[in-house]
Amino acid sequence: MNGPMLFGLCAAALIGFGLYSLIVNPQPLRKIIGFNIIGSGVFLLFGTIARRGAAVGMGGDPVPQALLITGIVVAFSATALAVSLLLRLFDEGGVVTLDNEAAPTETTTDPSDT
Amino acid sequence: MTLALAVDIGLAMLILAMAGWTIAVRDTFASVIGFVTYGLLLTLVWVRLAMPDVALTEAAMGGGLTGALLIGGAARLRRTEAAVRTERPGMLTRTLAAVLSATVTAALAICVLNLPDPAPTLAPDAAAKLGSTGVGNPVTAVLLAYRSMDTLLEAIVVLLALFGVWSLAHDRFWGGCPQLRTHADSEGILAYFARILPPIGIIVGVYIFWIGADFPGGKFQGATILAAMWLLVIGAGLAYFPPISQAWLRILLVAGPLVFMVIGFAGIVTAGAVFAYPIGFAKPLILAIEIALMPTLVLALALLVAGAPQRMPPQ
Repeated sequence: MNGPMLFGLCAAALIGFGLYSLIVNPQPLRKIIGFNIIGSGVFLLFGTIARRGAAVGMGGDPVPQALLITGIVVAFSATALAVSLLLRLFDEGGVVTLDNEAAPTETTTDPSDT
Repeated sequence: MTLALAVDIGLAMLILAMAGWTIAVRDTFASVIGFVTYGLLLTLVWVRLAMPDVALTEAAMGGGLTGALLIGGAARLRRTEAAVRTERPGMLTRTLAAVLSATVTAALAICVLNLPDPAPTLAPDAAAKLGSTGVGNPVTAVLLAYRSMDTLLEAIVVLLALFGVWSLAHDRFWGGCPQLRTHADSEGILAYFARILPPIGIIVGVYIFWIGADFPGGKFQGATILAAMWLLVIGAGLAYFPPISQAWLRILLVAGPLVFMVIGFAGIVTAGAVFAYPIGFAKPLILAIEIALMPTLVLALALLVAGAPQRMPPQ
């Protein structure tokens, strides 16, 4: 057992935690957080693989590291879009739910939308 | 067991506990705070994995900007908490979800334990050509020379996300100003910090951007710090977001990817391939791309946190 392998196992557990939260938590913002925990677990798993590729005086393989930086930035952008969608949903009806049955039936259809 | 491994085990336990708490805690606001703490702990893991570039990005983005974004969202959605809580799924769904999650974790753990040895690595290849790029940080070399197409597409993804956020504005606010919902006291401690911190933060941000060519750092990390400084000043009520219809704003937002594309495609003529740099000009061209991308990233990241426009500019 060494450091990278330990964090690899930790990452596997984080992905499981995030997945459970994504399915079970009814609040959409909590689902976004759960999704981000899955994401960070995937990043950490990838980081473990990058660390194992340490060679020629580098602490890790630089290619996955660059992809990780790209991934973190993209994850942030996607989270921002998701939160904005959620806030717009809240502005529309004052409720935030992904439950179809509980959703308000009298959806305000704007004729100009078509 | 060495001391380093003991530290790693402690850190892994702390992270798992923090993630568990973030998921289990009742209050969404508390969950968001848990997630920010979790992001900072993750930063320590990146340091332990000898990846300072990723650690800086995680601290700035994962903990910082994402945290600001989620706190804003949680504050606005607070009133819906009680209603949503009643939708908690039944025992069967929860058991199935737990079984599924445990299976995924177990499968991944088996993969981790059976990773190939010796591990495949591109580090020797990255090191071999490092001299020709003119930059000393191999991660920066990957981002802006070896795989610069990825970085261009990433900058475009950030912009697309911003357009997506803007397009969620109400019709009557289109072209208006985004707004941070804060209740800042103009004489309070936040306003005080918003005056004291930005000069320091701007120097730190520009330094991290500049040093990224040869040492850990880079434009994403630097841009995030600068964006955070802008958000701090706006959050304290000392400044306002510009209307998104402003021409200068839109020009700066597309300038970065545009310069990147022009330099990239000019490579067909000057160096014989797309995103190739002519010999001897790699460093100046990389620098030009980074400098052009910087304002784009600062503005786009801050405006992503700000969300859709919510009021029209005062006439």
